[in-house]
Amino acid sequence: MTDTPILEVVGLRKTYPVTQDGQRTDFVAVDDVSFSVQQGSSLAIVGESGSGKSTIAKLLVGLERVTAGTILIDGQDRTAKPRGARARRQRGSDIQIVFQDPYTSLDRRQTVEAALAEAVRLHSNLNRDQVARRVTELAEMVGLDQRQAEARPIALSGGQRQRVAIARALAAEPRVLILDESVAALDVSIQAQILNLLADIREATGVTYLLISHDLAVVRQLTRDAIVMRRGLVVEAGSTVSVLDHPQEAYTRRLRDSVPRPGWDPHQISREGAIATADNPNTATKESHR
Amino acid sequence: MSALLEVDGVTVTLPVAGMQQPVLRDISFTLGQGEALGLVGESGSGKSMTARAIGRLLPPGAQCEGRISFDGDDVLAFDRNALRRYRTNGVAMIFQDPRASINPVRRVGDFLTEALCTNGGLKQDVANDRAADLLDAVGIDDPRRRMRQYPHQLSGGMLQRVMIAAALLIDPRLILADEPTTALDVTTQAEVMAILDTLRRERGVSMLFITHDLELAAAVCDRTAVMYAGSLVEEQRSLNLDSDPLHPYTAALVQARPDITFTHDRLLAIPGRPLSAFEAPAGCAFGPRCPHSEPACAEAVPPLLTVDTGRSRCRRLPQLRGTMGQKSAEWL
Repeated sequence: MTDTPILEVVGLRKTYPVTQDGQRTDFVAVDDVSFSVQQGSSLAIVGESGSGKSTIAKLLVGLERVTAGTILIDGQDRTAKPRGARARRQRGSDIQIVFQDPYTSLDRRQTVEAALAEAVRLHSNLNRDQVARRVTELAEMVGLDQRQAEARPIALSGGQRQRVAIARALAAEPRVLILDESVAALDVSIQAQILNLLADIREATGVTYLLISHDLAVVRQLTRDAIVMRRGLVVEAGSTVSVLDHPQEAYTRRLRDSVPRPGWDPHQISREGAIATADNPNTATKESHR
Repeated sequence: MSALLEVDGVTVTLPVAGMQQPVLRDISFTLGQGEALGLVGESGSGKSMTARAIGRLLPPGAQCEGRISFDGDDVLAFDRNALRRYRTNGVAMIFQDPRASINPVRRVGDFLTEALCTNGGLKQDVANDRAADLLDAVGIDDPRRRMRQYPHQLSGGMLQRVMIAAALLIDPRLILADEPTTALDVTTQAEVMAILDTLRRERGVSMLFITHDLELAAAVCDRTAVMYAGSLVEEQRSLNLDSDPLHPYTAALVQARPDITFTHDRLLAIPGRPLSAFEAPAGCAFGPRCPHSEPACAEAVPPLLTVDTGRSRCRRLPQLRGTMGQKSAEWL
């Protein structure tokens, strides 16, 4: 069935126990979030810190267990704990993640080739020559040359390390690739290279992207649909272009207007923010709760 | 507008593996009283090092040549006492990560008033009043309660407002703001920038605003300087950066950035990676990545040309002027 979404999330909820004023209570990080992504499409989860966007990424890859709700990848339930190594590996080939910081997500004692080969071996039954060929193919796909493939992370720049992290994630041939602020830490000139690379990879492999980002310009460049989150809730959803060009919610408008550009007036944005806060005490800024 | 700060031919070298390696090359600019100058660049371009040189906060072993004058005084020649006065009444710094520059085990109020009492000779209750007034001015509700709290009880945006208040408390004439909003959410960034902008204008304080975000610098600064590989490659009025860039690097930076109002088919990425000053080749540092470079560009470091609207370190500027701001023309 082609119209089955590759990724479907229904009523997702995650709470963490916290102690507030001596009382044990639950902090709701993600509250009744639902969305679906079609094979080969792309979805952005947009939000500021504390919106719950990264918690969703952790729930999707299984780094955290859901409190309630379901996650379906290609129709298979992902909310239960995997049974055994084989099931865990299977999940690895469903969904992979690239984190923000390329400096901490690689093993500094392992060469790029070794890191890629390890991931390829784990997710395939290829023989030694086939693994080597696949490693070369992956390195070429992300634009790493032979010298860089033989290097350890310390000898690589930030952009090159992020290319390694992307290649390693692709080694499992995932159906869905989560990009958790994957270009946020990169310099502008490098960020453009990686965004172009991600567009090429999607064209070549048909992989589905789930982009988690606070950067609306990056979201526009890479995704077709977007949801905007605030304090664990989805406040707006739609095609990326319509969400950015014609935002329906005051919060989305404020996010958009906060992006500096020629003629940008921070005074007006902070005034509007103050009005929005005064109008509705429930949406007061995070600071005023503390 | 008379210049408050004059940076003239500043070159800084740092010891790396037993050799003095350059991190800044021949930096020159001026900053007028009450003016805001943006300093933009990618990692390793030397923008933070420039601020450190001005604040006399260079790392041990650094050698600084050239001249930095503040209100006519030679900053590099300051002795202990002059340096203390300079940092007490002259210049204040705001850094990117407020949590790294505040003592976590002291209350916010103690942090704010310490300098006022020890250097300013104020009584504690007078200092408390001034701190509370300024916290109010940076948009913090119930300042007296906040002053009794510890840094961990405040959010990042709130703490950065405290740092701005701390910088302004000593009535500085110059603020060196090093990526003060980079760690903040976008909506908080807008709020913090609005506060910084208002207070700066009200008090006539000059500001050197360091950021990697060209649009942000252009939005809040009168003039913007762009740095690459330890050199200043362009400086002009912020308004013209997008439409009339004076250096191919600035033009490339503007074009490489994805857009919030327009989906590009492909981004015009700059090939290669940003270089630091000691990796820079002979001749124009940007040459190897520049679409307009020609063999002569690699022969000598191009001089800083002065044109009607600003300055540029591109020797081909006369030919290229007016053709580099293609992006805006393309979508209109």
